Amino acid sequence: MPDYLLTTSPQMAKRHARHLRFQWYGRVAIAVSISFMLLMFTAIFVRGAGAFEKTMIAVDIEFAEAVIDPRGTRVEMDLKQGNYKPLILSGLQEVVPSATERKERNRLYKLVSGGAAFDLGERVAAKPDMIGTTQRVWIAASSEVDLYIKGKVDPESDEAVRRLNDQDIAWVTTLQQEGRVKRKFNRVFFTSGDSRAPEMAGILSAALGSFFSLLVCFLIAFPLGILTAVYLEEYAKKNLLTNLIEVNINNLAAVPSIVFGLLGLAVFLNFFNLPRSTPLVGGMVLALMTLPTIIIASRSILRSIPQSTRDAAMGLGASKTQTTFHHVVPLAMPGMLTGTILGMARALGETAPLLMIGMVAFIVDIPKGITDVATSLPVQIFLWADSPEKGFVELTSAAIMVLLVFLILMNLFAVYLRRRLESRR
Amino acid sequence: MEKNNTEEATAETHASAPILIARDVDVFYGKKQAIKNVSLDIPENQITALIGPSGCGKSTFLRCFNRMNDSIDSCQVSGNIQFAGQDIYGPKVDVVALRSRIGMVFQKANPFPKSIFDNVAYGPRIHGLSESKDHLEDIVITSLRRAGLYDEVSDRLDEPGTSLSGGQQQRLCIARAIAIDPQIILMDEPCSALDPIATAIIEDLMDSMKEKYTIVIVTHSMQQAARVSQQTAFFHLGELVESGDTESIFTKPAQKQTQNYISGRIG
Repeated sequence: MPDYLLTTSPQMAKRHARHLRFQWYGRVAIAVSISFMLLMFTAIFVRGAGAFEKTMIAVDIEFAEAVIDPRGTRVEMDLKQGNYKPLILSGLQEVVPSATERKERNRLYKLVSGGAAFDLGERVAAKPDMIGTTQRVWIAASSEVDLYIKGKVDPESDEAVRRLNDQDIAWVTTLQQEGRVKRKFNRVFFTSGDSRAPEMAGILSAALGSFFSLLVCFLIAFPLGILTAVYLEEYAKKNLLTNLIEVNINNLAAVPSIVFGLLGLAVFLNFFNLPRSTPLVGGMVLALMTLPTIIIASRSILRSIPQSTRDAAMGLGASKTQTTFHHVVPLAMPGMLTGTILGMARALGETAPLLMIGMVAFIVDIPKGITDVATSLPVQIFLWADSPEKGFVELTSAAIMVLLVFLILMNLFAVYLRRRLESRR
Repeated sequence: MEKNNTEEATAETHASAPILIARDVDVFYGKKQAIKNVSLDIPENQITALIGPSGCGKSTFLRCFNRMNDSIDSCQVSGNIQFAGQDIYGPKVDVVALRSRIGMVFQKANPFPKSIFDNVAYGPRIHGLSESKDHLEDIVITSLRRAGLYDEVSDRLDEPGTSLSGGQQQRLCIARAIAIDPQIILMDEPCSALDPIATAIIEDLMDSMKEKYTIVIVTHSMQQAARVSQQTAFFHLGELVESGDTESIFTKPAQKQTQNYISGRIG
């Protein structure tokens, strides 16, 4: 064997070194970006994980008719509006008999959620035969107690800087010793709307608002985007007008999203008088924002369909429209759907345009349709992040997790569609 | 044996009338002229070969016959091409109807990403040629038989057409073209991507098809032109240099250029 294959010339050594160096640049870049991502996910998870559990306190409540329904009407409205606060308070006092003064009683009552009385009213209204009995009921603890139970309040710290004073903590300890405190899955977080009290606040109205907005966005942007792309790519002749349209579409894709919000405010709300703060308008604005993305993605997919497919159909005497809709569009459809879903995923995370059309309100009710007032997930995150109560910190992170899960699901769906496209070719 | 065929065909040449008549055809791509003033007759039920070096315009000329050039924005065709006495570039001509009479097979086999059955059935379906499901099946099977493919695929008609080998795919494309029962089949270098065995099968197939169809084939291979065609037209730089019986073109070409190309000195 000639030995020039075995000895490395200086030039070869240089080439190998360069190869190695670039490999390492790439590895370092990937490692850095992955560690940033892990850092972000861990931070969110550590902060938000607690929100999926909440603290409950067991209270023995005597459902006295004289307090709940003094007139004995048993009408749902009366039952709901009954005065449950003294019932809860006396239940608590049985465990902590020392709290007798007015100030102490007020503090004691603050251990349970402000929404607990309302919650009891709902339960009694649903089952009126509870009246007259004494039952042990698990009711939501206040956000401060919740944080303490989760270990987020340090009892050794200065009493002045915490919401729970030493007395409160002693009461909670008593309750704990009697087995009256437990943590359970925070169902409220997934089934209710926003609330001023962190322990009663939920993500459902925002999630549904996002869902309805995306639905409207999809119904408008998908057909419009696909048809535009098909027309421009398959039918339109290349001339000044189509060039102008193309430049405009590309520019629209780069317009900041808040500008679309301003447009929605000026046109949809002020000119057409569509209902403010609704998923209908939100979806329309998001559709405007997503359209250029969908058109550009769809056009590049259509361009990648080989000319031979079109030739084959045309050579058989298929008309332009038959060629397009029997052969080209079906081949392009998974790719166009992928582009659409990626555009929609961006729309799901969009906050700015929704602020402009008023989807930034405090929404307690669950929206039932596209014309109900609603907010959306990213806006809800923004609102909670802005709230002063400490309990909202973990809710914010939890809501971010929910949003991320939705985004990941949508992207996975897009990947799945792309795989199917590749396997069909 | 092939020589024999050629002789018989030559004898027929004088009897058969032209089915396609091209007169003074010019084709421009933008400002570039691809075909210069070409006039050519294509006789019925024969195989006409268009030969010439790369870029001489033979494929462009072939695509004029079924107006496939229409889909290229910059392409301009002028002159007169008559199919069975009608001007195919006339203002009232329906391109869809024209292409149902003049089928095409492309250089690269391009079956649809559908089943073998659906590939062949697509043409009859869009043209409404079948009265019933059974009839459609008949058409598909007959077409596959004529293309010499049926025996190889009869048990897997629902498999994708793209799963076949290159030669089989090209025969599938031929079956697809004859399923709509055209009068003329244009073939644009149908064997250029095939091995010699698959090429031989397709050449045999063309030979048997010429009784029912008129075939115009563009080919790079002079041997192929000599083997399968009865008429040959030699193109060079967009001009028709010479045309006539295949035998006379290959044995005693009138032009020096033809002579050079055939003997391998240019192209």
